[in-house]
Amino acid sequence: MRGFWGKALAIAWKDILAEARTKDMVLSMLVFSILVIIVFNFAFESSAEQTAQVAPGVLWVTFTFAGVLGMNRSFVQEKDRGCLEGLMLCPLDRGVIYTGKMLGNFIFMLLVEVIVLPVFSILFNLPLFAPRLVLITVLATLAFSTAGTLFAAIAVNTRARDFMLPILFIPVVVPVIIAAVQASGLALAPGPGEGYWSWLQLIVVFVVIFLAVSFLVFEYVLEE
Amino acid sequence: MEKGLTVRDRFGGASLLTGLNLAMMVAALYLALLWAPTEAEQGNVQRIFYFHVPLAWVSFLAFFVVFVGSLIYLWRRSRWWDALAHASAEIGVVFTTLVLVTGSIWARPIWGVWWTWDPRLTTTTIMWLIYLAYLLVRSYATESSQGARFAAVLGIVGFIDVPLVALAIVWWRTLHPGPIIPQGGVDPSMLFVLFFSLATFTLFYVLLMMGRVRLRLAQDRLEELKYQRMQGD
Amino acid sequence: MTSGNPWAIEAQGLTKLFGPRPALLGVDLRVPRGAFLSVFGPNGAGKSTLIRSLATIMRPTAGKVMLEGLDAARHGGEVRRLLGVVTHQTLLYPDLTAQENLEFYARMYDVPRRRERIAYLADLVGLEGRLDQVVGTLSRGLQQRVALARALLHDPPILLLDEPETGLDPQAQGMLGDLLRRVDGQERTVVMATHSLERGLELGDRLAILVRGRLAYESTKEALNLEALRSTYRHLAAAGE
Ligand SMILES: Nc1ncnc2c1ncn2[C@@H]1O[C@H](COP(=O)(O)OP(=O)(O)OP(=O)(O)O)[C@@H](O)[C@H]1O
Ligand SMILES: [Mg+2]
Repeated sequence: MRGFWGKALAIAWKDILAEARTKDMVLSMLVFSILVIIVFNFAFESSAEQTAQVAPGVLWVTFTFAGVLGMNRSFVQEKDRGCLEGLMLCPLDRGVIYTGKMLGNFIFMLLVEVIVLPVFSILFNLPLFAPRLVLITVLATLAFSTAGTLFAAIAVNTRARDFMLPILFIPVVVPVIIAAVQASGLALAPGPGEGYWSWLQLIVVFVVIFLAVSFLVFEYVLEE
Repeated sequence: MEKGLTVRDRFGGASLLTGLNLAMMVAALYLALLWAPTEAEQGNVQRIFYFHVPLAWVSFLAFFVVFVGSLIYLWRRSRWWDALAHASAEIGVVFTTLVLVTGSIWARPIWGVWWTWDPRLTTTTIMWLIYLAYLLVRSYATESSQGARFAAVLGIVGFIDVPLVALAIVWWRTLHPGPIIPQGGVDPSMLFVLFFSLATFTLFYVLLMMGRVRLRLAQDRLEELKYQRMQGD
Repeated sequence: MTSGNPWAIEAQGLTKLFGPRPALLGVDLRVPRGAFLSVFGPNGAGKSTLIRSLATIMRPTAGKVMLEGLDAARHGGEVRRLLGVVTHQTLLYPDLTAQENLEFYARMYDVPRRRERIAYLADLVGLEGRLDQVVGTLSRGLQQRVALARALLHDPPILLLDEPETGLDPQAQGMLGDLLRRVDGQERTVVMATHSLERGLELGDRLAILVRGRLAYESTKEALNLEALRSTYRHLAAAGE
């Protein structure tokens, strides 16, 4: 078990190392997120209470598409010089490769969110760092990474590696998007926010199911 | 594969069932459109349910078959199970499209809109998108066995995902109440027509599957022959 | 390992189809422990497909691969430990330095005392002073040297090489044989796909020619000189057209 985590972390770490050098992925996700938020701002004539209503939606649309962008890149990099094959050649359980890539994607998305959330709350004039908003963000991001890593590995191997990921990913993560939007709305609204914890549970169930299934099927995604 | 058989021979076994199904189709049309009593509140529009419900049932059945076919394909790697899953997904997508269309036709006079984010309607749409992706991932694969593998993964993941989608959407819609389906007593003759129609469409699905799987395997064979012919020259 | 079994590599009826088109068709291959097999063949003959199937990256449509007596389909983990592989691609992360790349892979293979091993290999393949350079900025030949070092990290008893001479200068090509066979004590088993008949004949003690996915010719080195190999190759390749 130590071997498992040691190696999964090593895989995530080499992604972080490469990213620290180029900053490609995080930078493009960031710029993209800010652009989406600004475009939304034009799309909705915003009075104060309207803003509060659409804000969670805007936030999660942004994170969903930014996540697609980042996760796709993370596998394009693996594919370019055959590195994915290099990983397959290693005496590793396929679950280790999955976990490593998943952790990397999770960390990059969190990093982007840590920067976008404050910008967002300033632009939309909303309370910053409601603890329940942070909690739901972390969990939903984890859910995105579990499904996204599986589908990105598929997408990058197809002829349509640029647009296959959203087509595969978005319908499947609909439950997470709904839960995240609803729970964020409840977290931002004043009052006790009935139902927040049910949404949280739904996301946890999604994460558990997708971890289990991905572990079982990832082998078939990688083989040739 | 048997060499001497002609196309006609191969479909010979199915022709009896095909004839039966055709007769059932006509009967179902008659029963649904003329024989069944008109529903008191909704009027004639309600008759679309005799098609809408069986179509929806066949869609779910089809996607369940995709799930099973995908599992067995990954386990055994037999082309047959892949062809089965693929055919079932195609039929499922077509039938789901019809479910959405018939639902829409019904919703217009009853709810006053073509479309509403009703839980069932929304779930069906997402399911439709998932299996559309299933077909797309095949056509964009670099090579057919790769497409089969990727599709099988989606066939498994998608099927497990649909209940979660449904759950999320139901919770979401109960927060924003939508239109409610009118409740009325169900006439036994209505039930009879519904079940007859269910049987008709299920048999139709089975026949479509048989034809489609055969066609797919015949296509494989044709590719092989073409290739051998090319090698011969 | 399995002392009774003299074969390091056994392939039985190895077949790989892409659609209806076979890239490999019923290839039976046996390589004794310590042997060096050179595989020749025209473009598209299936050399890379053979290497990739033996390397467990590609799942054959039919047939079986045994490495050191272990069924590759069932003992993936153990088998991969035995293999060092060089393919058409470098398998290196272009944004990491050579050192970081090698350290990463050393970790994946549980190589003990990684830094010393990497320093030793860098010396062996001639990468002095280049370890700290980002791989993407290395020349193709230097990248190939890193790729070779990568394949040798865990001192594997079996090497599978797909055109390992790609981009290497004459001097580096010259040391290839030495490098590939040297292992502390026992000799490695090597399968090398190459287009260079000279190099293949010089390094290999067995020769094989693949034509259109079939093993068209097999021989030991003693049976052939370069001229004979050339004419055999030309003859078979022409027959395959
Ligand atoms: N992923 C793939 N999809 C479809 N066909 C493929 C694929 N990979 C290889 N092939 C086909 O398989 C055959 C064998 O290819 P392979 O790469 O093994 O040849 P090779 O002997 O290594 O050629 P080269 O000398 O050019 O490296 C070729 O006809 C090739 O087009
Ligand atoms: Mg090749």
